[in-house]
Amino acid sequence: MSHDHDHTDPPSDLELRVKALESLLLEKGLVKQDALNAIIETYEHQVGPKNGAHVVAKAWSDLSFKQALLADATATVADLGYVGRQGEHLTVVENTSDIHNLVVCTLCSCYPWTLLGLPPVWYKSAPYRARAVSEPRAVLSEFGTVLPEHTDIRVWDSTSEMRYLVLPERPAGTGGWRESQLQALVTRNSMIGVELLRHREEVK
Amino acid sequence: MNGGHDLGGRQGFGSVNAEPESEEPLFHAEWERRIFALTLATGMLGQWNIDESRHARERQHPADYLKHSYYENWLVGLEKLLAEKDLVARIEQDAQCFRVPDAAAARQILRTGGPTRLPDLTQPRFRSGDRVRVARCQRAGHTRAPTYVQGAGGTVVDHYGTHIYPDQNAAGQRAGEHLYCVRFEGTELWGSESSSQSVYVDLWEPYLEEIS
Repeated sequence: MSHDHDHTDPPSDLELRVKALESLLLEKGLVKQDALNAIIETYEHQVGPKNGAHVVAKAWSDLSFKQALLADATATVADLGYVGRQGEHLTVVENTSDIHNLVVCTLCSCYPWTLLGLPPVWYKSAPYRARAVSEPRAVLSEFGTVLPEHTDIRVWDSTSEMRYLVLPERPAGTGGWRESQLQALVTRNSMIGVELLRHREEVK
Repeated sequence: MNGGHDLGGRQGFGSVNAEPESEEPLFHAEWERRIFALTLATGMLGQWNIDESRHARERQHPADYLKHSYYENWLVGLEKLLAEKDLVARIEQDAQCFRVPDAAAARQILRTGGPTRLPDLTQPRFRSGDRVRVARCQRAGHTRAPTYVQGAGGTVVDHYGTHIYPDQNAAGQRAGEHLYCVRFEGTELWGSESSSQSVYVDLWEPYLEEIS
């Protein structure tokens, strides 16, 4: 099955091909080593799901921020400094007790990098890209997410440069929590829409 | 083109098998980290746009596209673009022909990104609430109209303004078209068992026909 290829254990020729390409590009001056390092450092250490968790916790804590976020996510998160590649145009979709949103890119791997960082392997895999649109309930159940039959499931296929982020429901039992406490509850997967958040006593 | 990448609704791929979020590394091998950085850095030379790079990955035998891991397809795409744009020969002839970013410039380019919104030069043909059908499309070039919605009817739920049109952008021609978000009922796409689910797809005006 295709999942054998999801976790790559590369043949050495693949490693060698990349190494040869990098050597050539550096030698010819088409890329600079410090630029490569800066790109990697950005996505390994600066841009990641903690940005999205900050936005979600703030939306839970501040009604006017939430309203602005749902009306114009791009400008609203730019005010927090979250701007850049693969976050140029953003829409936030809100989960409620009746509506559950799920994000996919069936054609490639479009994903809100500025808020979530780089996508996980499963998001880019053939099974997820193929099935999220046609059998979202089955896909969700593979993440342990089982929704009532009447829940309106909305799947967002990221076919344009608009990037989608799910605003998960605030877990019950978190009244009075500070924004920083709430932020620690928010998982990356909940902002893609594959899981619901629960009140976890240990993060309080 | 509806190659190996056009996956929406395809069957036979098995379960998702996600790694637990807390255990998944950002890259699973050093070569993935390198090809990721090389792809972004060479993209910053401005010799191709994002739709050209998507199309370079798509233009493979479907069996190869599906057999490859994700970053292997990035490698295939980058090797293809470098050859087609002849970058090595061009910089050998003229060492100054490209502006090659250093670390500071690279960081700035990542922060700026590549917005695709353009000024509206025409009136949008559709508005929210309109019923539309996605035209059938069997052209060889790049498109962002997935096969699974072609021929299906849906409802416009949002108008995002004029955005760069990928079908032409992938051929190196920058043009704008109105972009809409269209809602499709699960029953329309997948049959009567797919109630209480819908799919929202962003579609450019040339993809859409009016349902009267």
